[in-house]
Amino acid sequence: MTGSQILIESLKKQGVEVIFGYPGGQVLPLFDALYDAPFRFILTRHEQAAAHAADGYSRATGKVGVCIATSGPGATNLITGIANAYMDSIPMIAITGQVKSWLIGNDAFQEADVTGITRPITKHNYLVKDIKDLARIVAEAFYIASSGRPGPVLIDIPSDIQQAEHEFNWPESIEMRSYKPTLFGHPGQIKKAVKAIVSSKKPIIYAGGGVITAGGHNELREFAEKINAPVTLTLMGLGAFPGNHPLFLGMLGMHGTAYANYATMNADLIIAVGARFDDRVTGKLATFAKNARIIHIDVDPSSISKNVPVDIPIVGDAKNVLGQILEEIKKTPDTAEWLKTVEAWRKKHPLTYQYKGKINPQYVIEQIGEVTKGEAIITTEVGQHQMWAAQWYKVLHPRSFISSGGLGTMGFGFPAAMGAKMGCPEKTVFDIAGDGSIQMNIQELATCVCNKIPVKVAILNNGWLGMVRQWQELFYKHRYSHTCMFNPDFVKVAEAYGGVGIRVTKKEDVRPAIEKAIATDNIVFIDFHVEPEENVFPMVPAGESIDKMIGGLA
Amino acid sequence: MKHTISVLVENKFGVLARVAGLFSARGYNIASLAVSETLDPDVSYMTIVVEAKDAAILEQIKKQLNKLIDVITVTDFTRKDHVERELVLVKVGCTPKNKAKLESIVKKFIGTVIQCKNDTAIIEAVGEQAQIKQLLDNLEPFGVKELVRTGKIAVAY
Repeated sequence: MTGSQILIESLKKQGVEVIFGYPGGQVLPLFDALYDAPFRFILTRHEQAAAHAADGYSRATGKVGVCIATSGPGATNLITGIANAYMDSIPMIAITGQVKSWLIGNDAFQEADVTGITRPITKHNYLVKDIKDLARIVAEAFYIASSGRPGPVLIDIPSDIQQAEHEFNWPESIEMRSYKPTLFGHPGQIKKAVKAIVSSKKPIIYAGGGVITAGGHNELREFAEKINAPVTLTLMGLGAFPGNHPLFLGMLGMHGTAYANYATMNADLIIAVGARFDDRVTGKLATFAKNARIIHIDVDPSSISKNVPVDIPIVGDAKNVLGQILEEIKKTPDTAEWLKTVEAWRKKHPLTYQYKGKINPQYVIEQIGEVTKGEAIITTEVGQHQMWAAQWYKVLHPRSFISSGGLGTMGFGFPAAMGAKMGCPEKTVFDIAGDGSIQMNIQELATCVCNKIPVKVAILNNGWLGMVRQWQELFYKHRYSHTCMFNPDFVKVAEAYGGVGIRVTKKEDVRPAIEKAIATDNIVFIDFHVEPEENVFPMVPAGESIDKMIGGLA
Repeated sequence: MKHTISVLVENKFGVLARVAGLFSARGYNIASLAVSETLDPDVSYMTIVVEAKDAAILEQIKKQLNKLIDVITVTDFTRKDHVERELVLVKVGCTPKNKAKLESIVKKFIGTVIQCKNDTAIIEAVGEQAQIKQLLDNLEPFGVKELVRTGKIAVAY
């Protein structure tokens, strides 16, 4: 078998169905083999989109997404997508071609030190130097990408290795002495946690993407209901707990709800599950939840006590550990008083917005939620629309809210929507976008039309790079330095590619446009002309304590 | 404060870059680093002296090292019974006039004169860092022209 065939056989063994990618000189042997391979291959119009699509596919399905690019510029175009997946712990395999083994280090045509470049943004990477290692490397790569705290793994394959001949030796099991993730919590720590939970009066559950990764959403719900504690989620965690559950407080942090932030700051016990105390969540560390004891459940030991000192660390998979706690817990804390306080905050400081004559972006998101009954998969780009989506779309199910959390990558949402749609063809997939972000991967209209991937894109078009403009308004004296956007006619752009474009300028046309888009079996751009200077509130200024919010407090 | 840790790693190409890259990416400081093969040629042994301003940072360094796929074990010598040594080579001025004095000082402070020609002596010394510091202080008057050190290596009992 050739190296290319070994790679394809290995991908088949891993159950790969879809691959996103782009050909080039140093992957010609691989693409020749792909010609006959049983995968659905999606040719994107830019390698970055291939990486984001693989990432979106992975987030929507829980499977490992795969993308392929050629050496040099093909590989460097993947970088943003790989870094994005790394920051959000998304299992992904990136396969890159490399110049022939004997040319490596020679500044050959389209050569780049891709394993060097991707070292800090992958969970692990490989340069295949000997064809006999190839099958094992692919098996290890999938194992590493999908186990423990998942992440992207890159395999760089010189083109001569793709052409070399060797037998196919597939390892039936993977044993690595240097990599053994801890998946179950230490029983002693579980006992300590249960004791702290039972004796708490004001507990809050703060959960993140780790719960979704682990498939622990049912355990989380059972646990929250059992101890009758309010639940707040990170951006990455949205969907880990039903958005319409009475115990749900919404997202916390910089653009979280006031009641989630107050509850977090006033709790006597924070039960953190699969979340990492990111600076967008904690705000000023010195004042963060001063009176709370903290239980931190995370599969990655290095996430524990990194930003916030933790009282009871538990290393393990969120689903397993929540299961262990549920098994151990006999009594439950009395939280009636606490829930009353929290409900009073919720009533006093609800999320709100005002109609000023133009379409409110928040209204568009609410309408998408109503029309799809929360059963759609939502992806987002990055900026104001992303925060509004997190605030105003009630996410009911895990893996149905897909957003670039850690890296904050504009241009992520559209290709991620394509990936999600490929993984879940029966679902309506909506990319909630801004007029700035959508232009960062707008070329993917061609991919959608060509491959019949009928995703819907709601462009909340305010003519600004809205989030930057908001910061300039609030913190830089209204000096709008390079944030006003000149935009193309998005309807015509969509049509030029063979898609469908709808422009909406009036509030009463919002819902019919959403309904029409869903009924259309094609890629649809809806260009919503929204209130240009609407701000995302509440907002915690950078470096401020998260109970010191500005704006939007009724 | 300086801490000595050892890291057992898979002896594969790129491992040193992974470890060094981790330190630079996360803003940790390496005071010294020594790497070599072990009895098992598939495994390398690194002794790293790190600077960490508090226990939490040292803890993070150890956790982040452990997170690297090619790292097998990380050992912190801070509270461990262990032996540590460093080898230095020093070039100092050496004239027929002061040669005898130089030799007696070197002998007193754990060193050996390896070679003495063309007005220059090369001295070798192996020891703990305090001993090496003492030797270097006493060599100062002869005029230290060049100093090469291996960085610390350490092993636990």
